[in-house]
Formats: sequence, structure tokens, C-alpha cells
Amino acid sequence: MSAVRRRRMAGPLFVAPFLTLFLLLFLAPLGYAAYLSLFQNRLIGGNVFVGLDNYTQALGDPQLLHGVGRVALFFVIQVPLMLLLALLFALALDSGLLRLARLIRLGIFVPYAVPSVVAALMWGYLYGPDFGPFAQLSHDLGLPAPDFLSDGWMLGSLANIVTWEFVGYNMIILYAALRTIPQELYEAAAMDGAGAWRIAWSVKLPALKPALLLTLLFSVIGSFQLFNEPNLLMKIAPDVISSSYTANLYAYSLAFTGQQVNYAATVSFLLGLVIVFASYAVLLTANRRRTP
Amino acid sequence: MTTTTPPATTAPKATAAEPTPRRTRHRSRRSTPLTIAMLAALGYFLLPLCWLLIASTKSTQDLFNSFGLWFSHAPQLLTNVKETFTQDDGVFVHWLLNTALYAVVSALGAALLAAAGGYGFAKFRFRGDRLAFNLVLGAVMVPTTALAIPTYLLFAKAGLVNTPWAIILPSLVNPFGLYLMRIYAADAVPDSLLEAARIDGAGEARIFFRIALRLLGPGLVTVLLFTLVATWNNYFLPLIMLNDPNLYPITVGLASWAAQAQNGGAGASSDMLALVVTGSLLSIVPLVVAFLMLQRYWQSGLAAGGVKQ
Repeated sequence: MSAVRRRRMAGPLFVAPFLTLFLLLFLAPLGYAAYLSLFQNRLIGGNVFVGLDNYTQALGDPQLLHGVGRVALFFVIQVPLMLLLALLFALALDSGLLRLARLIRLGIFVPYAVPSVVAALMWGYLYGPDFGPFAQLSHDLGLPAPDFLSDGWMLGSLANIVTWEFVGYNMIILYAALRTIPQELYEAAAMDGAGAWRIAWSVKLPALKPALLLTLLFSVIGSFQLFNEPNLLMKIAPDVISSSYTANLYAYSLAFTGQQVNYAATVSFLLGLVIVFASYAVLLTANRRRTP
Repeated sequence: MTTTTPPATTAPKATAAEPTPRRTRHRSRRSTPLTIAMLAALGYFLLPLCWLLIASTKSTQDLFNSFGLWFSHAPQLLTNVKETFTQDDGVFVHWLLNTALYAVVSALGAALLAAAGGYGFAKFRFRGDRLAFNLVLGAVMVPTTALAIPTYLLFAKAGLVNTPWAIILPSLVNPFGLYLMRIYAADAVPDSLLEAARIDGAGEARIFFRIALRLLGPGLVTVLLFTLVATWNNYFLPLIMLNDPNLYPITVGLASWAAQAQNGGAGASSDMLALVVTGSLLSIVPLVVAFLMLQRYWQSGLAAGGVKQ
């Protein structure tokens, strides 16, 4: 084989292992879900092709719609709050005005290394009425304990857990992006008489746009597939968190409690579609603003 | 030869006192109010972990009877650790080892696959490369949990359910990792170096393993570390794939103990609660240590992903 020929073969060979597994473990399940969603397993007649019946059913299924609505609400409230905090922390760290900056940076990031299962268990106990410190403190002060696990508080309590887990991660992405802004930009801005706030607003924020977009995109994907935290809090607050509290929880209970495999595949597939659409919406909005 | 005196010694004091340009920006103006505000924020992030640390020194009884954010009269961390490790014939040790196995194999595999793929896409042109790359890029947005149930159904047919492969195989494919490595390879591996190696007669595989892989180091560690965390923390996938407690990773194991502690109430399994708490603490130690030790790498790797789009 000639050297040129070998070189031409090399590119495909380097990407082949990844693409093979991608095909088998990514595209195949996706295709299989799409296939399953077109069938129904009936008591009489067994597995029958039903076309888009499962989708019609899903789009009119109040449990699914509530689940999606709930995660959408969660997304609208929790994500801006989390990203704003991450942004403020990153700017504070980058400003150079902090003492103990290294300690603060690592300390805020540490929750990311905590599994969401452990985070949910921990916060669940902290929220709890029996031995949670908040309940203990209010008890000592003779106040009614805040019922973090009640219906009214639950979404906020979940948002707090997710925020706690991911602020640091997003902060690090933003901080890393801030560190790559060339020094000359600051010098030029300072020469023009810009103060610290002005520099943050006019130099740092625009430079952060790609990184912010990335964090936003990850947050869309993360919030719409919310599962771990509600799944664990479900055990300590079964009356508040139903098996269809989030869309993903619903798909799970359909598949493994209800044994409705075809319908579960439909719900999974639809949920995936919702997330892809939401992600594209985010991308398009951001890009339109970038090129006016 | 006095004319060749190094410029540094003759430079004015003002410039000599300044460290690297990167740091001159902020010199020594420090803000106490800002520091206090950030320390308050730090308190919020560390509070649950402090609680966990304190709680794991308590018996289940003391958890209920003493204030959560302070130690009880009879701290018993070692007793708790010992009981966590010996409960149910040492199943917790199994969980730890399983988690380490799943996470390390997945992370190494995913990082290597992403590195080779990213390098291939960055440094070679071939038919269909654009299409294939865009397909993978689009997959970044497909949520892994939406794939989990169909993957379970496929694996059930292939007889892979309830084996370690059920956890490892899906974790090997990391579309974002590939994207990151492509960006990283485009910058970190100069074409001139590749050409020089080719002229010297080195084969493509040899060039990749001997030269490129070394230059891809920080990006590789980033993908490695983040896959490690993702697999270590994974709950949904093992929850549906495994039903043998001896194969559980730590997350599913702890959740099953927590459910027992909840159901048992104050009865037979009343000491489960202390085990859940101590087990939680033990499960986060390895990752926190790994992150602190490797921080130089993952921070620079993340910068590459966040800056270029």
C-alpha cells in the first residue's frame, strides 16, 4: 500500500470505532424506540401495528402533559437563577478582588463531584421534619417547621438541590472562558476610561457568549430529563411526588411498573424530541441575536 | 562584554516588581465586602457536606436526638464505617468496586474513542466526514435518559441486561467528548509536526499514539474525568439495567438502603439510616480527591470547549 493511500485510509479508521459504537448504542436505540412506538401489545391479537395511535394518546395524556409542564416550569425558574449565580461567581473570581479565591472556587465546585443520588438523599434529610437542622432550629425557637417536602414547596426544594449541584460546574466553564480573554482588551477598555463594571458588561459578557450558550444548552437537556432527585425524594414524600411527577419519571414507571413498553418508548421518544426542539430554539435565538 | 548585561537587571524597579502580565491586572486591590459575600455563598455549598460529615459520626438514635449541625456526646465514625463495610456481607465494598470498575473502564474507553475520533475529524478529510460529524454533534442534544429505556429493551434481547456491559457500553459513547477533542486536536496538534513525522516515515497509528496523544493530554484528561464523574454518578441507567445487588454501583445501592431505612422506620432496620449517611460520605471521597488532584487538566480542557463554538 502506498503512503498516500494509507493516509487516505487513516481518517476513516480513526473515526470508525467511535462511529460504530455510536451507531449501535445511540442510533439503534433511537430507531428501536421509534419502531416500538408504532405498535401496541394487545391482550387479543398480540403485537399490532397501530400507526401514530400511541402519539395521539400521548399528546392527550394529562399525566404526560403535566409532567412536561412541570419540568418546563422548573426550567424557566431554576436555570436562569443557577446561571446567574454561576455568572456572578465567575465574574467575582475573575475580578481579582477576592481573597481566598482558590478556596472559594474549589469549594463551590465540589458539589459537582457529589453524585445526584447522594445530593438528593442529603438534602432530603436536611429538609426532613424529624432530624433536619431546619426543623430542629424552628422547633427550638418555637416556630412551625418549614415544610420543604410539601406540595407547595417541592418544586422549589428540587430546584435548590439541582442548583446546589450545578452552579459550580457552570461557574467553572464560565470562569475558564473568562481566563482566555486577551489582556489587551482590558487595557484598551481601561485606556478608554471604562471602570470594573463597565468592563464586565461590555468586554467580559460578550466574550462569554459561547460559554453561556453551552451552559444553557446543557441546562435545557438536564432539566427536561429531571429524574434522579424526584425519584429519591419520592420515597420520603410519596404523597407529593407521584409516579408521573416529571416526564422522565413517567416514562420509567410506564416501562417498569406498568409494563407498557410501547407506550413508554413513545413517551421517551417524544421527550427526546421536546428536548431537541428546545435546544434548537435556544441555539436559534442566541444566533439571531448574535448576527443582527 | 559589559554591553550584554541582561536587560532585567537594568530595568527600572517598577517593571521588575510586576509579576507576569496576567497578574498585573489586579495587583493588590482586594475587596473585603466581596470576599465576605463569596464566603457566605461558599457556606451554602459546604453546609450540606458539613452536615454529612457530622451526621456520619452519629448513631441513628443520635441523628434524631442531637442537633444536626453539631456532634453528639458519643461520636462513632469508625463504628459507622465498619458497619457500613460489613452490612449484608460487605455488599458496600462490592458497590464501591463495581462503581470504580464501571467508571474507570468507561472513562478510559470513552476518552480514547473520543480522542481518536476527534483527531480523525480534525486532521483528515474523507468522504462523508462532514455528515458524520454533524450527526454526532446533533446527538449532543439527545438526552441520555431518553435513550436509556430503548437501550434497555435492546440489551434485554441481546442478553446484556444485568451484566457490567449494560453500564459500560452506553457510557463509551460521548458525543460531547468527541466534539471537545476535535476542537482540541485542531489546535493542539500542528499539521507541520504531522508532516515532519510522515516524512520521517512514521505510520499513522504510530504518529497518533506516540505524538498526537501526548499533545492531546489536557483535553483527554477532561473527557476522562467528566466521563468518570458521569459514570460514577449515574443512577438511571444502572437502576433499570441491573437487578442483582452484587452488581449495583454505589448510587443504586445507597438508594436501596435509603428505601429500606425509610420503610423500616424505627423497627428492625433502624440502624440503616446511619449506614446510608456514612455510605454517602464514603462514596463522595474518591471523586472529590480526583478532582482536586487533577484540577489543572480539567480546567484548561473546559476552556477549550467553552470558548469555541
